[in-house]
Amino acid sequence: MSEALLIVAHGSHLNPQSSTPAQDHADALRASGRFDEIREAYWKEEPSFRNALRTVTADEVYVVPLFVSEGYFTEQVIPRELRLDFEAADWDSDGTSADHTTLEPTDVDKRVHYCGPVGTHDAMTDVIVRRAETVTSNDDVGAGVGLAVVGHGTKRNENSAKAIQYHADRIRDRDRFDEVRALFMDEDPEVDDVTDHFESDDVVVVPLFIADGYHTQEDIPEDMGLTDDGRGGYEVPTRIDGHDIWYAGAIGTEPLMADVVLERAADAGADVDAPETPGDGAIDSARADGD
Amino acid sequence: MSGTTATDPDPDPDPAEALRTAAADGVDFDGLEATRHDDGFHLAVPDASYDDLSASAFLDATRGHEAYVENWFFWHQHAPQDDASWAFLRWIERPDDPVPERCERLADGTTREWGQLLVEARTDEGGQRRYDLRHVDDADADVATLSVHTDPTDARRIRKTDGNGRYRPLSTAPTLARGWIFDDLDPTALVRAVEGFYPATIQNWHRERAGDLDVAHWHETISRQTGIYGVVQTWDRGEGHDHVNWVAEACCADSQCLKRREWEYDEETPLNVPGGDGVFPCREPCSLVIATARRWTRMEAEQARTYEFDLTPSEKAQIEAIIDAVADGRTDEIREADTSDGANRYRARYLRAKRFDDAGNLCGVPTENDEAE
Repeated sequence: MSEALLIVAHGSHLNPQSSTPAQDHADALRASGRFDEIREAYWKEEPSFRNALRTVTADEVYVVPLFVSEGYFTEQVIPRELRLDFEAADWDSDGTSADHTTLEPTDVDKRVHYCGPVGTHDAMTDVIVRRAETVTSNDDVGAGVGLAVVGHGTKRNENSAKAIQYHADRIRDRDRFDEVRALFMDEDPEVDDVTDHFESDDVVVVPLFIADGYHTQEDIPEDMGLTDDGRGGYEVPTRIDGHDIWYAGAIGTEPLMADVVLERAADAGADVDAPETPGDGAIDSARADGD
Repeated sequence: MSGTTATDPDPDPDPAEALRTAAADGVDFDGLEATRHDDGFHLAVPDASYDDLSASAFLDATRGHEAYVENWFFWHQHAPQDDASWAFLRWIERPDDPVPERCERLADGTTREWGQLLVEARTDEGGQRRYDLRHVDDADADVATLSVHTDPTDARRIRKTDGNGRYRPLSTAPTLARGWIFDDLDPTALVRAVEGFYPATIQNWHRERAGDLDVAHWHETISRQTGIYGVVQTWDRGEGHDHVNWVAEACCADSQCLKRREWEYDEETPLNVPGGDGVFPCREPCSLVIATARRWTRMEAEQARTYEFDLTPSEKAQIEAIIDAVADGRTDEIREADTSDGANRYRARYLRAKRFDDAGNLCGVPTENDEAE
């Protein structure tokens, strides 16, 4: 029985970078040979979610949302547009524990394994730490360093903040960084006052956003005072109020994210064993250069 | 002796031998018949027929009819077997023509257009098809001047920007960049590349041909919207569908999108603007239409009011010319010094200098006129 991976992401009518992480991770996974077939679909780009499943040849489809948290998109928009008879209760989630459920779409004769979003998978914690390592060019970063995990935050969906808090708690429990805080763009505690929340001289700031765009390249850098105009870029690190701020940009562009996508599908039962010689096992070693 | 073993099946068996094996199940394809009976094999093509053949005589009989055998072999051994891909690849080479004629054409290379894509199919030795894919306007371009691609997944990155590097959120807008070629693709790779440029078009085209395209009309599509797009539902007020005609005229004309609009206001209420002449269908209002309709829904909640402006006849005509130029996307074409064109930049700047007040109001007439309420 052939299996396909379908990565579903938001995409954008305005920002070409929005779909780049989904494309890059799909290419990396394709190069790794873990799936017979890999496709992407988007809310704002093409193929649309509505047309997505018909583009897949395989009978078994593992649908992995490239979204940060459980909520409106994962519980309503994606299943509705994929024509899945899905209730949020099917996941039996506490807001960060959605795993997978198996459903039959109405427009094609296939079985869909609908997975929880990448953002709430436990492996995401490792991606955040990896991001801190890469932005500081220090594989042992932690001692004497503060880490801010930054989310969008919205009062309309409590799960949005839960996902951020979840990973911040897990990293704190590892006792690797001197301080770990969950901060938000649109709710308290706010990222604007990032230095108020840390005593450490060095603070790594990792935004849990899928793609780089207005929020991660302009909003947050400007709010934190890294720059007056994010369109002109910013220094890494930037000295603010006696702290060095190491701002990482959207987590979704991190190559290790491809592993989280794969883990989601594997958790749902996909056969993702590497073919032939596995090399060093890191999917990102096979990664194509992104544009 | 080197070669294949029983555990390593020949990946590329001889077409005639493959046909002999398939004869047991019966073959009837593109004029070629092959069957196996108690008395032996039967082989037939339009102008020849053989019966009661031994296994070796069957192979001998196929000689001279290689075009039919290789044609059958390609479509059942090499072409992707999913219905939509198969139908698309068949369509490319106009399968209604007899096999010998088709083979002759394929030997020279035969082309089909799919939106702004030009597919060229040709046969190599043994009847295998290979494909080139390029922009239709690069049909006569020297390949040396094009960037050569072999990975079909590159297509979805090429389609992201137009020739000026601007983002293309709608893959089927008629603004595909030129200057590339996918060279010597196998049939599966060709389908992947075409789908990379125009996602889901092959599947929906095939569904339409099979009579089961699942069209979702305007009213049904906006009725399922939620979140920030839920407001579009309030735009249908049971007072006709002119607003949807205007949407389709604005967004879905061939000048804006190469899909052929098959959705209407609802099942019983067709729109009265053309759906376009595209090869592949559009089965429901896309996300760009819905997002734009959200803006219009808000704007159209306003009531019309009467403004008074003093304009010369030329100035009124000029405002119309500017709207036309923007709507037709031809502002870049207006020559710097062509002041005969109302949408010329100097003309527009003069009109603004003369007729706008410091707050940008046309003829000094405020947009919001509270006294008139």
